[in-house]
Amino acid sequence: MNIHEYQAKELFQKFGVPTPQGKVADTAEQARAAAAEIGKNIVVKAQVHAGGRGKGTFKNGFKGGVHLVQTPDEAGEIAGKMIGQVLVTHQTGEEGKLVSKVMVADGVEIEKEYYLAILMDRESKSPVIVASTEGGVNIEDVAEHTPEKIFHQAIHPLLGLQPYEVRKLSAKLGFAGDQAKQFGKLLAALYRLFLECDCSMVEINPLVTTPDGQVLALDAKFDFDDNALYRHPEIAALHDPTEEDPREVEAAKYHLNYIGLDGNIACLVNGAGLAMATMDIIKHCGGEPANFLDVGGGATQEQVTNAFKIILGDPKVEAILVNIFGGIMDCDVIAKGIVAACKEVDLMIPLVVRLEGNNVEAGKRTLAESDVALISADTLADAADKAVKAIAA
Amino acid sequence: MAILVNENTKILVQGITGSFGGRHAQLSLDYGTQLVAGVTPGKGGQKFADKVPIFDTVAEAVEVTGATVSAIFVPPPFAGDAILEAVDAGCELVVAITEGIPVMDMMRVRAAMEGKKSRLIGPNCPGIVTPGLGKDSHGGCRIGIAPGYIHKRGKVGVVSRSGTLTYEAVWQLTNLGLGQSTCVGIGGDPINGTTHLDVLKMFNDDPETEAIIMIGEIGGSNEEIAAAWAKENCKKPMAAFIAGSSAPPGRRMGHAGAIVSGGKGTAAAKIEALRDAGIEVAKNPSDMGQALVRAMG
Repeated sequence: MNIHEYQAKELFQKFGVPTPQGKVADTAEQARAAAAEIGKNIVVKAQVHAGGRGKGTFKNGFKGGVHLVQTPDEAGEIAGKMIGQVLVTHQTGEEGKLVSKVMVADGVEIEKEYYLAILMDRESKSPVIVASTEGGVNIEDVAEHTPEKIFHQAIHPLLGLQPYEVRKLSAKLGFAGDQAKQFGKLLAALYRLFLECDCSMVEINPLVTTPDGQVLALDAKFDFDDNALYRHPEIAALHDPTEEDPREVEAAKYHLNYIGLDGNIACLVNGAGLAMATMDIIKHCGGEPANFLDVGGGATQEQVTNAFKIILGDPKVEAILVNIFGGIMDCDVIAKGIVAACKEVDLMIPLVVRLEGNNVEAGKRTLAESDVALISADTLADAADKAVKAIAA
Repeated sequence: MAILVNENTKILVQGITGSFGGRHAQLSLDYGTQLVAGVTPGKGGQKFADKVPIFDTVAEAVEVTGATVSAIFVPPPFAGDAILEAVDAGCELVVAITEGIPVMDMMRVRAAMEGKKSRLIGPNCPGIVTPGLGKDSHGGCRIGIAPGYIHKRGKVGVVSRSGTLTYEAVWQLTNLGLGQSTCVGIGGDPINGTTHLDVLKMFNDDPETEAIIMIGEIGGSNEEIAAAWAKENCKKPMAAFIAGSSAPPGRRMGHAGAIVSGGKGTAAAKIEALRDAGIEVAKNPSDMGQALVRAMG
């Protein structure tokens, strides 16, 4: 799960990670008032979950999702041009994202930019701190061109962050004296935040030093472990469903695992691995999958019906492929679910069904005896081939 | 022989009185598995299915019944504690079926297991099956949630991150007349107990296993590591399949660990590593069984 920049700033403030003063605003007037508290050198930033905001363009023609201004009136004016408008950046796709809030923050003067992140590393099975003297740019480019400028420090899962680890990183980044102390405090606070909020990643890009000697987190990106949200209701509450594909939001309500894609063959599968494999075989047969959809191991008739509704809500879908390996699950129950769903949604496009596993004969009989027009398939390859041909026909 | 477990292995189930745990404990009993104990705190003294004793703690269950393996069906908030309890009780093998355990919990559990003799399989995995010799492979050792009847006792070792995709592979093998020595699901989480490589080494050393099929998916570099080892060390024919070649980068595909990030963990890179190691890679998921036939020449 991701959060907005202003929410990240609030988390930083709560945990004591130094960050420039700033407030979120829903209206131009609020933005003006927030800017008045700062005075001058005010930065106004559109709040969407996408990178490249500064270089983005609003659909109303206004350029740039990040602006530096000098007076509260200017801040209000800029905010007015952003709020309620759709911002398109290289990460949002052509449809762009609706900006409903802006952040008004102190546009501090920057002396030097750094990069600092903590992420959960699957190889070392521990948190790893990643730091670089190259901040404010894409870290993947730094990794590719100047990997010697990136420093890694794995942290022992049970011992936690040790003072020598902080000193080592601080020295590598070139901090000395009071700035080394400030960096140490900032990193300790950031590590505590990472652990206590069950983050999978927290990234500050850039971390900056100012001409008056401060060390500040200027921007932040979070990724939280979805598995741990049950114990962080305050973080789960930061979730902004308007930032996500509405089909994915709808699917989550029924505990369906759905990811929208760009193709025209929808799939409905039980199990994540088999669902990925089904997408792969559609592509292998020359088709394009419209989605990833895992209905889980013990799908109910209601879930299958809702899955069909979500799939059919995508206007690009021209055929559906159902692939069920009913290991423990009774194939006949699934078959009845499919028939009921087809009737309820009044299916008008080709449906290819491949059932395998427990009580498969009864399941196939249920499908054959129903008056639902469907194409039956025996193997995964057969099913994908039939789905691709059904569209071509 | 097989690996990890056989028809004589005594297992216990933590979370046996839950609906999910109970259902699969019953299926294991029906399969002929030596399920000797259940554990649910507060329900000690009761019996499961009128015959399997339930204990309050794993330590008691192990002491009284001699169980050496624990299958964990405990809900995510309590699963990390349940794994550590099984380790503390001296279980040789702990199979965590539970899906949705916080990654931070698994990180601490793995660190706490350093130097202990217990091996962890999972979490978020379908479990382990060593098929039996009876009808529909009855009489074997079934730990977890896999359907028993799709298996057939034989000589192919199966290792996979996924559930239903593994069943698909096993079913293809069985229909080709190729039985399995042991099928191991290592799970789809980013931090888990046992890797593809760990299982590969066990299959390589197992006299009963004559060929190996390895099923992976996008995310991490587990499959590449296993392939590099196999290139130098594996004495047995191998086939493989990697799921997720059509998955978009940056999205988690159902499994918490199935994500391509920063250009790492792609299906293409994994397939290349496998081919480089001389492993026969299935062209598509319908070809997994046939790929092994080709590998065996």
